[in-house]
Order: sequence, then structure tokens, then C-alpha cells
Amino acid sequence: MPAEPAKILRRALGLVPAGPHYFFHRHALIVRIAHWINAGCLAFLLMSGLQIFNAHPALYWGKSSDFDHPVLSLTAEYTDAGYVGVTQIGPWHFDTTGVLGASDVDGVRMARGFPEWATLPGPQWLAMGRLWHFAFAWLFVLNGLLFWAYAIAGGHLSRDLLPTKTDLAHLPREIANHLRLKFPKGENAKHYNVLQKLAYFLVIFVLGALIVLTGLTMSPTMDSALPGLLWVFGGRQSARTIHFICAFSFLGFFIVHIVMVILSGTWNNLRSMITGSYAIEGGKDG
Amino acid sequence: MAENRRGFLARASAGAAALMLSGCTSLSERKWVADLLSEVEVLTRHAQRLFAGPQTLAPEFSKRDIAPVFRANGTLNPGTADYNAHAANGFRDWRIEVGGLVERPLSLSMAELRAMPSRTQITRHDCVEGWSCIGEWTGTPLKLVLAAARPKADARYVMFYCADNMSQEGDAAQFYYESLDLLEAIHPQTLLAYELNGQALPIEHGAPVRLRAERQLGYKMAKYISRIEVVGDFAEINGGRGGYWEDQGYNWYGGI
Repeated sequence: MPAEPAKILRRALGLVPAGPHYFFHRHALIVRIAHWINAGCLAFLLMSGLQIFNAHPALYWGKSSDFDHPVLSLTAEYTDAGYVGVTQIGPWHFDTTGVLGASDVDGVRMARGFPEWATLPGPQWLAMGRLWHFAFAWLFVLNGLLFWAYAIAGGHLSRDLLPTKTDLAHLPREIANHLRLKFPKGENAKHYNVLQKLAYFLVIFVLGALIVLTGLTMSPTMDSALPGLLWVFGGRQSARTIHFICAFSFLGFFIVHIVMVILSGTWNNLRSMITGSYAIEGGKDG
Repeated sequence: MAENRRGFLARASAGAAALMLSGCTSLSERKWVADLLSEVEVLTRHAQRLFAGPQTLAPEFSKRDIAPVFRANGTLNPGTADYNAHAANGFRDWRIEVGGLVERPLSLSMAELRAMPSRTQITRHDCVEGWSCIGEWTGTPLKLVLAAARPKADARYVMFYCADNMSQEGDAAQFYYESLDLLEAIHPQTLLAYELNGQALPIEHGAPVRLRAERQLGYKMAKYISRIEVVGDFAEINGGRGGYWEDQGYNWYGGI
């Protein structure tokens, strides 16, 4: 039977469960498109953002830069052994040679905030980093606004993303389940659990808004148009610091997201975000 | 088996990421990519001006916000024989030529510039690198100088030519220059500044006169200005992109 090897392969890859199962349409087309555009944007924005950060690898709090008291800095100290990378966070100093503060570019140890493999473009090139960053910032914002409009007007937000009272009551149990790597199965896998709802809601509607607004606050023309932004974020340098924290919160979310996708069925999850189709274990009547 | 699969996947994705990275770096070196990405600047400029309009003011601060040490960037001293002679003389013979598409070309001495009505503003200087410093600037609104020179109908941009040579020793001289469009040039906070924090402008900040364009990034604010030219477009001037750093790939629109 020619169908058999294909079936075995699909099972081995985890595309379909071994037991009884059926397929469920999990993600609307617009959600899938927005998801992948967003994923691409975040990669470009993070790496070009680190390139821009490297032009002055220090963060401050307040209206302007108090150069002697950065909140965080990635600096290089020149010693007999070459550059030593020092990461300073508040009163603490760490030797981060090779990664932060000082790292190799074409085999030569250089003073640079983030290493070459983390920045776009790789070499120090602020003008180009800004070009990439602003181009993808526009795409990120337009894609985000379209998704927001769809989620709010189309009911995706209230139906799937906003946690209900019952959801919140189940929060402790859900945390315990996640810690034991026990994920919802059958009918329960058809909707997001409360931790997913909270994570997606916060990332899409809070973190997304924050990173765009703090980005705009760094623009001197936007500050003349909307000076309230400065008041909200406590000044341009605070906004820059919050922008940086948001960027790494996105990275943190991404890492947890990827781990969860892998632990709860890599290929099934991946397929559902590409074709929309998600395999549910058990019979249709649960 | 599962371990191998994961190991393979990790290696494959790391490889793909590395490929994407080096791909993007080499893409950055292609002119059409930079040109395409630069198109976004037009969108940004139009969108920002939709919000900001011609007259919105950059935030002004109080005396206690002034940085104890205002960081200087770019050229710290033009150091040419000519400039050194002017500096030794307290810039008494420094002149700012105003020409191009104007009905009445001017040649202003520092005394004449100082005799014009002035504006003092405590504003935040934002470097393209990311840092900010707050200082108190005094100078002549550029609008008044332009009004005195009477720009012609086809005037679009104001060019600023400076006394600092940016090239390495031995190379052909390339003096710093910058440009603003008329909208930004006649903004009430756009000054030909000759004082910082109540003192004559220090050499590292562009003595005797520098531009302040408070809704723009620092590189737009040319220092050591010796000539102002009103033009219709700047495609034929130097690298053709409207400024020294613009010719090196930086955006002409410096509002973000």
C-alpha cells in the first residue's frame, strides 16, 4: 500500500498522533499571515536595533544622558591582553569579553557593544542599521495595526485572547500544569489556556504598543508633535532604556514561545500556524 | 533518535540564521537595497510632518536641566591656519556670506549677527548615536537672516558650508556641509547660535556660529558656519545628498 510509508513518516515526524485524532481549523488566515510577517519584522528590528545601540552602547534614565552614571553600559577596557569587555548594570560590573563590550570581528578583538553575529549589518555601520530599522518598523506597525483592527473588530480579542474570570481562577492550576509540562489535550487544546492568553495579550497589546511609543519618543520631531510622550516615559533617555527593555522582553517571549511550541508538539503547532490545521487527539465527541 | 533530530534541527536553524545574517550584511552593501530602504525616509518625513506641522516647538527645559558638561561631537577644532587666526582674533573678522537664490546677498560680521534680534532656548540635543544633552542656546533666528536676504520664488533648501575639513590628511579637502528645507529653516527655534549656556560658543561646539534645528538630530546642526546658500535642489552639490553625513549614507531627513 503506497499510503502506508507516508503515514509512518507523518507519525514519526509527529505531524499526526499515533492514536485516534481529527483535524481542527485553529488559526484564521489573517492571524497566520500577521504572525509570520511579525516574526520576520522582529528579527530584523532586534538585530538592526542592536546595531544602532552599538553606536553608543550605554543606557540612561531621565531627560538626557548622565554619562558618568549609565543604567547599563557595554564597554571595553584596553589591557596588556587586549580588549576586555565589561558589562555594567547599575553598580555591578561583569567581565563579558568575547560577547558583550569586546568581541571578535574577522578574528580581531574589537570594542563593540553587541557582537557581530547579533547585529545587522554585522560590521559597525550605524547609517545602514537605521535604514533597516525604520523600514521594518513601518512594516511592524502597519502589520500590528491591521492585526489589532482584526482582533478587536472581528472578536478574536474578546473570544480568544482576553482571559475570562474562569480562566483567571484556573491560573494557579495552569501554572502547575505548565511546570509539569502537562499541556491541554482533546477539546481543551482547541482554545488558548490562561497562560497563553495572558502572554499573547500582553505581548501584542501592551509590549507592542510600548515599543512603538518609546521608539517614537526618541524622535525629536515626534517630541515636538506629541510632547506628552516625554512626560509619559520620563524623558528621551528613559524612553530609549524602556525601548531596549521591551526589545529584550520580545526576545524573552520568543524563547519561551519556541520552547513551548517544541514541548507541546513542534510540527503540529508549526503546521497550524502555516495551514491553519491542528491535529486533536481523540474522537470528535471528545 | 529524538536527540539526533533536535541536534540536526538546532544546527540547521543556526546555519539558516547565519546565512540570513551574512546575506543581510552583503545585501546592505548593494546600492539598490540601500536606495530602496532610503525610500522609507520619504514616508517617515511626510508622516512626521503630518503630526508635527511647520510650527510645533521642540520641548524647552529649565535651567536646572542643563548638562554640567555638554558633550561635543564630530569636529572639535577645525585647526586650519585660517581658522586658528580667526580664533586668536576672537572671530572679530569672521563673516557669514548669504547667497544663492536670494535677491539681496549678505555678508554678515559676527557683530552684525549679534545686533539682530535673538532667541534664547534651553533645548535637548539628540545625537544620531543615541545620547542626549541639554543646553541653553542663544542666536539669531535663521528666519530673520533669510528674510533680510529675500529668497527667490524657486528657493527650496538652505545649504550651510563649514570651516571644518572632514578628510584625512593628504586627501582632497571635503568641508562639512549640511542642508535644511525651507520649512525647517524658518522654524522659530532654528537659530544661527553664537552662545552656549550664556558664554560665547566654545570652539568644540562650532565657534563662532553653528546651526540649531531643534526638531532634528545633531548631525543636521552644522558647526563653524562660514557660508549660507539658498538653492532649488542639491543634487549637484558635493555627493548630491544634501550633507556630509548624508553623502556617507545617513538620512537627509534627520527628524528621527
